[in-house]
Amino acid sequence: MFENLWINGEEAVAIILFGIGFTMLLFQRNLLKKLIGMNIMDTGVFLFLASMGYIEGRKAPIVTNGVLDTAAYINPVPAGLVLTGIVVSVSVTAVMLSLVIRLYKRYHTLDLDEIYVLSKHQMEDR
Amino acid sequence: MKERFFKWFYGESDPMEHILDCAEVPDESREEWKYEEHEIEREISRRVHTQSVIRAERRGFYAFYLIIAVISCLMLIGVLLFTVSQLPRYGVENPRAKEVIERYVEKGLEETGAVNIVSGMILDYRAFDTLGESHVLFTALLCVMILLRLDEKNKRTRYENYYTVLADPYYDISTDPIMRIAATITLPSIFLFGIYILLNGQISPGGGFSGGAVMGAALIIYAAAFGFTVTDRVFTYRMSRCITFLSLAFYSFAKGYVFFTGANGIPNGVPKGTPGAVLSGGLILPLDIAVGMVVACTMFGFYSLFRRGSIGGE
Repeated sequence: MFENLWINGEEAVAIILFGIGFTMLLFQRNLLKKLIGMNIMDTGVFLFLASMGYIEGRKAPIVTNGVLDTAAYINPVPAGLVLTGIVVSVSVTAVMLSLVIRLYKRYHTLDLDEIYVLSKHQMEDR
Repeated sequence: MKERFFKWFYGESDPMEHILDCAEVPDESREEWKYEEHEIEREISRRVHTQSVIRAERRGFYAFYLIIAVISCLMLIGVLLFTVSQLPRYGVENPRAKEVIERYVEKGLEETGAVNIVSGMILDYRAFDTLGESHVLFTALLCVMILLRLDEKNKRTRYENYYTVLADPYYDISTDPIMRIAATITLPSIFLFGIYILLNGQISPGGGFSGGAVMGAALIIYAAAFGFTVTDRVFTYRMSRCITFLSLAFYSFAKGYVFFTGANGIPNGVPKGTPGAVLSGGLILPLDIAVGMVVACTMFGFYSLFRRGSIGGE
């Protein structure tokens, strides 16, 4: 059932990274650690896309010496997708970090449960 | 020697005090911003109360949550690993997904004029995707500005004020001579490298996003080493706004024009240039510069907003 896992080792590592990030999202209560978990998930996705485009023994898709044969280059499409992913990841991280700063300003804590209880019970901070 | 070490260890004296010319935060202003005793007590009692509420309210929920979380994590990883083990072999070409790649590789140089096929792909065939990416960055900058910009409604708390206004000169690395000299030596080459990556996007790995990120990092180092007063003279809020708007508007109009003419079979009159030279690839070079400007402004804007709550200090 899992016999091909060693052959697809790089993709398996990407999935494990994704799983670590997902686990951090579920189990950490600190908002900053959740954010770090989401960044690890992003990294797993990038590694997965990059390894999907790799073909053994071929070069990066930059035309040299006028070779215009598909058999000479690796798949160029995942490179563009990873670029999109990195940009979105940076933007989402920045927005989430600023949201965390505003939450900390309001509730003086980064613990999600404490924030939940404080907002529910309408406790006024100073 | 031992005595001096223990004095330093317990924080009673600093042996480097006479050597480093660091201005310690004056004690009277530090006292002014310190939490008063009853405020600390109130904070602690509030914390304890919150913790007890959490423990009382959510005990049953936690057990349930833990079980569900463990099961869903394990199931997700298991399903994904099973899918990976069924994928085509790593490092071997997938014959079913060849059509698009063939078109990009075989016709890419002829149709876009760019030697770098990835650049030709993201800035010619899929240029609207890249336009969307630049807008994602721009929107993120706007969101961070809404959340963090300091004005009449969003003020610093007393606690923050202590750390950012009064203690910042003490922790500020711009007073550090090592930082300044290192920045003086490395900054010109970092800027030059950023411009090189920006201009060579169509003939080598690089392009707007990476070049813009390097230039933004150089701006950040500049602000960190010499303080924001120096960057404010060059990089104001108004200038950042103008650069971002002009870049995005130029990108939209240029690419809209090319797509419009291309869809109707009209020659667009954009010269392709010789493949392999810097001036090649038609619109790819100007679009790369536009994207790089947006990325550099956004990166520096993020740093500036997180550090002091404004771009360009107006």
